[in-house]
Amino acid sequence: MKKTTKNLINIALLLLMFVGLYFLEQHFGRRSMLITVLKKGAIYALIAVSMNLLNGFTGLFSLGQAGFMLVGAYTYAVLTIPMAKRMAVYQYYDGGIINFTVPTIVGILAAGALAALLAMLIGMPVLRLKSDYLAIATLGFAEIIRAIIQWDTLGPITNGSNLLKTYPTFKSVIPVFAAATICIGVIVLLINSTYGRAFKAIRDDEIAAEAMGINLFHHKQMAFIISSFFAGIGGALLAMYQGSLQANAFKASMTYEILLIVVIGGMGSVTGSVIASFLFIACSEWWLRFLDTETYLFGGTVKLPLLRSGFRMVVFSVVIMIVVLFFRKGIMGEKELWDLFTPKKKKEGIKP
Amino acid sequence: MFDRILPYLLSGISVGGQYALIAVGYTMVYGILRLINFAHGDIFTAAGFFMVYIATALPVQFAIPLVIALTVALGFTVERIAYKPLRSAPRMSVMISAIGVSYLLQNLMWYVTGGLAKQYPTIPWISESITIGSATTKVVTLITPVLTILLVIALVTIIQKTKIGMAMRAVSKDFETAQLMGIKINSVISTTFIIGSLLAAVGSVLYFSNYTSVTPTVGAMPGLKAFVAAVFGGIGSIPGAVIGAFIIGICENIIKALGYTTFSDAFTFALLIVILLFKPTGLFGEKTSEKV
Amino acid sequence: MSRNVLHVENVTMQFGGVVAVNNLSMDINEGEIVALIGPNGAGKTTAFNCVTGVYEPTNGRIDYMGKTIVENYPSGKMKRSYAGENAGLYTKRVVNTPDKITALGIARTFQNIRLFKSQTVFNNVLIAMHMRRTSNVFSATFRLNMKEENQMRQEAMELLKIVGLEGVADELATSLPYGQQRRLEIVRALATHPKLLLLDEPAAGMNPQETEELGAFIKEIKDRFNLTVFMIEHHMNLVMGISDRIYVIDFGKQIAEGTPEEVRDNPAVIAAYLGVDEE
Repeated sequence: MKKTTKNLINIALLLLMFVGLYFLEQHFGRRSMLITVLKKGAIYALIAVSMNLLNGFTGLFSLGQAGFMLVGAYTYAVLTIPMAKRMAVYQYYDGGIINFTVPTIVGILAAGALAALLAMLIGMPVLRLKSDYLAIATLGFAEIIRAIIQWDTLGPITNGSNLLKTYPTFKSVIPVFAAATICIGVIVLLINSTYGRAFKAIRDDEIAAEAMGINLFHHKQMAFIISSFFAGIGGALLAMYQGSLQANAFKASMTYEILLIVVIGGMGSVTGSVIASFLFIACSEWWLRFLDTETYLFGGTVKLPLLRSGFRMVVFSVVIMIVVLFFRKGIMGEKELWDLFTPKKKKEGIKP
Repeated sequence: MFDRILPYLLSGISVGGQYALIAVGYTMVYGILRLINFAHGDIFTAAGFFMVYIATALPVQFAIPLVIALTVALGFTVERIAYKPLRSAPRMSVMISAIGVSYLLQNLMWYVTGGLAKQYPTIPWISESITIGSATTKVVTLITPVLTILLVIALVTIIQKTKIGMAMRAVSKDFETAQLMGIKINSVISTTFIIGSLLAAVGSVLYFSNYTSVTPTVGAMPGLKAFVAAVFGGIGSIPGAVIGAFIIGICENIIKALGYTTFSDAFTFALLIVILLFKPTGLFGEKTSEKV
Repeated sequence: MSRNVLHVENVTMQFGGVVAVNNLSMDINEGEIVALIGPNGAGKTTAFNCVTGVYEPTNGRIDYMGKTIVENYPSGKMKRSYAGENAGLYTKRVVNTPDKITALGIARTFQNIRLFKSQTVFNNVLIAMHMRRTSNVFSATFRLNMKEENQMRQEAMELLKIVGLEGVADELATSLPYGQQRRLEIVRALATHPKLLLLDEPAAGMNPQETEELGAFIKEIKDRFNLTVFMIEHHMNLVMGISDRIYVIDFGKQIAEGTPEEVRDNPAVIAAYLGVDEE
């Protein structure tokens, strides 16, 4: 297939997706479960892909994702709360000290930019560390960021540990998908560029990559900054999805959840992360909900055992453990969806 | 001034001792498997819940040994199910498995308890109040450091003097060679998890006697802090972990005394980052490098 | 007299109390094939790692094309425990990371093959060209560098053709047979446009016929790309067959230097390899 034909097919598929989304939304309504899952799934897909860029493609085991999402979410919310509503939101801080409001799109970009800037500063010291030390240092930084945001003294900006709300949100699923698609598209382009190849070289063998003239620190930092930029944007979108925002929700367990999504999808596969995100959100928000409700059979005489609040997450984590232990390559391994349709001389199936 | 600081200092030493008991589990597992056992903090929490439920049926003097036994069984099972199958897998996979176990244990505890905080049973004598100078505290605050140090001395003796201790030292020095020399790797690793869980169970009894309520995620933070203590002291070194834990416990409480409670958690991580940057091997750690 | 390419001067590498390379001095001139030989554990790879910036030597200096690329002297803890010679001769500290040294024109292969495992044969070569990019991350991501990218791809394919690997360009690098993997490592090093090529046991694990072919191949690429070759090797046929000069080291120290004929008859070399009876 020629390149131009391929591009045309891709564009057509994307258009088809948006048309499909439009009709789904018309048919089921914006508040339906399906549309809600699609919204949250798209946001998680972006965040998971951004984490995969770091952990799966560059081989940097970073656990700071929740911290960068938090920065993005707060940057967005703080900058876009309408002036008229600031007094009510910042009721304990005299309306806060920020007296301007930026348009939504500027807010989202600022969210990415600030997260990226922070990543640059944090990256300088921590990217010299190796594997598990890097993991624990980035985890530590995420916790520090959370503490700083909740700090009373910064209250006039961050509203301390109080809720941020009334910032602009989206109602339709289309803008969320558009944002996520653009961001993921850029990441895919990056991964397939000469820089992406350098990232993968570092993942495969740091020593050989360095011997081939690839500056390790420079490239690791680049991956870290870009990943954090998109995590920041993901954070902003998540804030929009939730409608209100509190730093306390962005704990290490959020990072773990995203990491597990990446693992289920396959470390080093963008499509894997996307599929896993939608599956993860659909299961936890929708398909496995019945596990959380007490159910009676035979006209209410027999109570189904085990089913009650919290059981869904238990089943869910057992499934995750099974994937982690027995299907270590995840759904896609290192392959992409389009690899499966491209004929190859030597066929290699997805090995579990 | 001293009167104001004293209660914080006392609780700092006490918390330090509790962190130390958890930190030893981290440092031993890391020393042998090169694995950050993210689930260790949740095993500590599980020990808290065991006590909550068992104490409703049994008197405390029988409950405590049973809690310890159950925690040890849990630690052992986690190792067998989640880490042993990944013995030859990349380190990253094992770490992910540890995170998965942590997630599973937290969700399981949430399910069992319905997500509600549970009141920790009052243990006679150690929960009683006592006054020292101007500070009123619980007996547990005073016995924690003593008990911690006794347990650690016992552990170090085991590691230095017994056959299994020698095997542990050999495995942590060189996993493959130890295996070739006929050391039963799996039993050494199991022993490590058993000892780690045992100390975590003791730490849990002491910790929750002070804090009185248990929730499914309560162990995550002390767990991480104990890990930082282990890194601070030089991962793999038991005395290092203990000293690190006491330093962190005391500093954290002094920060609270100065009125920066928001930052008491952040401090621990700041300390971690500083130590990783300037002395990544910690206070007593050994240096390793990759062969080209 | 042709130009000096690599000048190694009094280099000592000490790990803790172990002196792996002891006061080693070597000179390699343009267009030469020079071999570094010695028994196992003599410090050959360590010497390579000092030249390529993987290790920082404890003492000594290394010049490339007349410019100092590495220099160090014992300092800190090492100051007291330094067991090598010529302490105090050097007072500067020059450090270059391996990527900078590669950028200067020194490329290497590895004793235990280090290909990029998840990548195709083609991509392995392509990755080595990343170093010479002029695009930045934005222009590369948004495909504003297509001209450069196409040039890189074309050159990678040409390089693969030279070694006859063009047919397997899309295979995973690690799926190749051993001998081809070694060749791929050499091609990958060539893709960085080196002037000096360091080969760490290129014939390891090859049978006599493959070794002979490799010798011819090394000579061929040397002429074709105007290279200077410095190699560590155990196969004596290869070493004697293609080297202009040979350095022999044992226990980190140089014990002989000269043409293949001179080295072959040197009693110290024979003793190092075969051992001598005490007394």
